[in-house]
Amino acid sequence: MSDTAITRQAEPGLLAKAGRLVRQSPTLLLGALILLVMALIALLAPVLSGDPLLMQPIQRLKAPSEQFPFGTDNLGRDVFARTLYGARVSLAVGLTVATLSVTLGLAIGLASGYFRSVDAVVSRLLDGLMAIPAILLAIAMVALTKGSVAVVIIAITIPEIPRVVRLVRSVVLSTREEPFVEAAISIGTPVPQLLVRHILPATLPPLIVQATYICASAILIEASLSFLGAGIPPEIPTWGNMIAQSRLFLGRAPWTIFYPSAALALVVLAINLVGDGMRDRLDPRLQKRMR
Amino acid sequence: MLTYIVRRLISTVAVVATVGVFVFLLLHLSPGDPAAIIAGDNATSEQIDGIRSKLGLDDPLPVQFVRWAGQVLTGDLGVSIFSNEPVLKLVGQRLEPTVSLTLTTLFVAVTLAVTFGVVAAWKAGTLVDRLLMVLSVVGFSVPVFVVGYLLIYVFAITLRWLPVQGYTPIAEGLVPWARNLVLPSIALGLAYVALIARITRATMMEVLEEDYIRTAKAKGATTRSMLLKHALRNAGVPIVTIIGIGVALLISGVVITETVFNIPGVGRLVVDAIAKRDYPIIQGTILLIAAVYAVINLMVDLSYVVLDPRIRYQ
Repeated sequence: MSDTAITRQAEPGLLAKAGRLVRQSPTLLLGALILLVMALIALLAPVLSGDPLLMQPIQRLKAPSEQFPFGTDNLGRDVFARTLYGARVSLAVGLTVATLSVTLGLAIGLASGYFRSVDAVVSRLLDGLMAIPAILLAIAMVALTKGSVAVVIIAITIPEIPRVVRLVRSVVLSTREEPFVEAAISIGTPVPQLLVRHILPATLPPLIVQATYICASAILIEASLSFLGAGIPPEIPTWGNMIAQSRLFLGRAPWTIFYPSAALALVVLAINLVGDGMRDRLDPRLQKRMR
Repeated sequence: MLTYIVRRLISTVAVVATVGVFVFLLLHLSPGDPAAIIAGDNATSEQIDGIRSKLGLDDPLPVQFVRWAGQVLTGDLGVSIFSNEPVLKLVGQRLEPTVSLTLTTLFVAVTLAVTFGVVAAWKAGTLVDRLLMVLSVVGFSVPVFVVGYLLIYVFAITLRWLPVQGYTPIAEGLVPWARNLVLPSIALGLAYVALIARITRATMMEVLEEDYIRTAKAKGATTRSMLLKHALRNAGVPIVTIIGIGVALLISGVVITETVFNIPGVGRLVVDAIAKRDYPIIQGTILLIAAVYAVINLMVDLSYVVLDPRIRYQ
């Protein structure tokens, strides 16, 4: 092995690194790129567009033009501005739900996988919770408490928790039989430290993948709830609200529905691509089975 | 085997009972006051109190729960607050559209998905496979109502091939019934097809590497028989599992699809009841849906024995 070979191996050029990433997971990169652009657009919405709430009755249902790149809706509001602002709500809901449900699910899953007494109770409760289709539970919760962004986030988070718990629990059950865990127990490691230092790391790769799918599903459910009128209050521009408010104008002004729909589909697709790509990289065992 | 069935039956009942407790608590601990809503905006507080005591909403929560549970166990899901009709009767009236939509979607989606999955696994790595898998990711990412409106715009508004929305009972003729169901079924089934096709492809690819497939090929089995008789049969368990899990997707989708296509089914009944806070309808339908879902999962578990004779339950 010559010196040059070693340096080349230790420090591959940035270009070579990027090239390998593109070759190994092109979809992951594509998804991440779309998401990055979307996140920037969401952050810069006030700079990039006008007022999403401004109603201009003279400009009702105008087709896309130079002044209104995505046209206007039935109240004369700028569909372009509303679509950009909608990205803020969708991404915020997706990220918050993913973070909350993974954190809570991880805590419950660790406890339920390690302590049999906890497991018996928790598993029964979660079975019950999982038997209610997520969207029905969320609709009921939102409708009965008067919708707000916080309520919508909680209503979407709760049905997601059991799925995280199941995943964490199964990893804990198999990890606790590993020799290194037995060794840790035998030298008297306190339980909290055992759970956090030795068992928790094993749950992370599948959890990260699961978190991306939860993020995608949360965005879909938020849009569905808004669409059904049981989500974010109608005065806030979200993609689901835009589609719901324009549904009667589908024939006359298809752009009012097309742009928010396209944005919604694109974001969810991008997140799913990232999720698929990460699953392939982080969990090679799953690669063949789930692809 | 018999003890296993009994045990699974008991746990199914337990799950449905838990759902019952959830639904009851969810509705009774939420801040909305049904008595005030029924009484209307101009009601005096005495009128509201009167309605509340008439409905028994004044009693302590455990009393209300026991009363409700007792009724449910005798097959009485209560009476709608607004229309005064029994919940079971209301659900019964709405059952046909929902069952028609779900069954046609289930049938078409499973047939398509399994075909796609088998073809993709058989042609793994080729353009056909890539195309089918791209379609499956896209199908999984586009929400039901977006697909629904796209289909309406293209096939009903622009091409005028199919009706925009609505439902025709099957009694009024098979063709009008089917014409109204084509677009909703596609919208509802897309995500389901995507899900099942992915799992079918993955499982088939695993099975196709088994020794017995090589043996089948070596003894001269036709491709068709190799794929369907030798491979698909052995890929059955994960595929049926995902079909069962996916039914939840279908149930959630039905609620939205019925709204998009204006189909007067059980989904609309729930959404309307939630908007009006018609407690008995919400409780009754969610409980019924959960029960249906639990029974489907039970059937899925039991079907493993038929699909894979090696599985024996003690």
